[in-house]
Amino acid sequence: MTLAAIWISMLGMGIITLTLRSSFLVLPERVKLPALLRRALRYVPAAVLTAIYAPALLVQSGTIHISPANAHLLAGLVAIGVAWYLRRTFLTIAAGMLALHLFVALGART
Amino acid sequence: MESVRSSWGRRLPISRPFAGRIRTSVTSSDLAVFRAGLRAASPVLLGVFPFGLVTGVAMAAGGIPPLESILMSFVVFAGASQLAATQLLGAAAPVAVILVTAFFINLRFVMYSASMRAHLAGLPLRWRLGLGYMLSDNAYALCITRYTQHPDEPGKHWYCLGTAMPIWLTWQVATVLGVIAGAAIPHHWRLEFAAPLAFVAMSVPLLRDRAMVAAALAAGSAVVITNGLPMRLGLVCAAVAGIAAGLLVEPKAARASPS
Repeated sequence: MTLAAIWISMLGMGIITLTLRSSFLVLPERVKLPALLRRALRYVPAAVLTAIYAPALLVQSGTIHISPANAHLLAGLVAIGVAWYLRRTFLTIAAGMLALHLFVALGART
Repeated sequence: MESVRSSWGRRLPISRPFAGRIRTSVTSSDLAVFRAGLRAASPVLLGVFPFGLVTGVAMAAGGIPPLESILMSFVVFAGASQLAATQLLGAAAPVAVILVTAFFINLRFVMYSASMRAHLAGLPLRWRLGLGYMLSDNAYALCITRYTQHPDEPGKHWYCLGTAMPIWLTWQVATVLGVIAGAAIPHHWRLEFAAPLAFVAMSVPLLRDRAMVAAALAAGSAVVITNGLPMRLGLVCAAVAGIAAGLLVEPKAARASPS
């Protein structure tokens, strides 16, 4: 990780985020969001957020690793359960971290 | 200019209605709406604070220097993007991949801004850009609920500012505290795992209907299957697969009346 990469990412992300957030607040009134695009956008958060964490649970050093020896997968499943039933950010993260340490102590690998 | 005594006891100018433009000077009813926004946001801050804390800790644990971590919170102000960038920078991913990822994560804001537009029409550009910059998931949810319940309330932008500002401030304070704490936390606590867990916490509560679950499952599978692709192109495949799955599974009623 170079300092240049951090700075360019930061500024780039800032511009992208501000542009998307203020997009339709700034665009002229006649520009409309097409119905299909509006429907498609509904699924973007669930799809993208899942795609970001899935490899952290399922992939270990470049290969798919689905087994009870994978501590990240087990801890992730605990967190998914907590998030599903309780919908609390902090509890989800705390439960996942505790589970990770528990499974590592029981011999699972990270 | 006429003035009115607000409930704060200060004399505030009243501007005359002006055809085609929204009033930009502050009235007491604007302040009342602003304070209603503050009150609505206060319970939400309890959720924003720990998430900001975790983001700060994860940025520090992920190897982003403290100054850059804190600046990133100001410049980007989007937790998911900050966490994703931390993970990708740690994996030495190219900057282009980080930017494409941020684009996809934040695409939902296009949807938010499209549905807010009618309520914030006619505002000066600095207001629209300022509210755009501060428009978080939580602020959007609070605003659109209020606007739906009180469609004719004047000074809607003050409500938006009232909800968005405390959320913004809480986020900044929490990430700074997280960065400070994160730098002091030893590596064997494995706190870098808090980043994927934060994504679990953000995404799982969204899975409220079959179409959403289908979108998440398809995206998760696609990203793992395409794991070998260069430049983490798997994320783009996953986004496309997830959207397609959601659209295929959603009930016909949703297609007829998009909301």
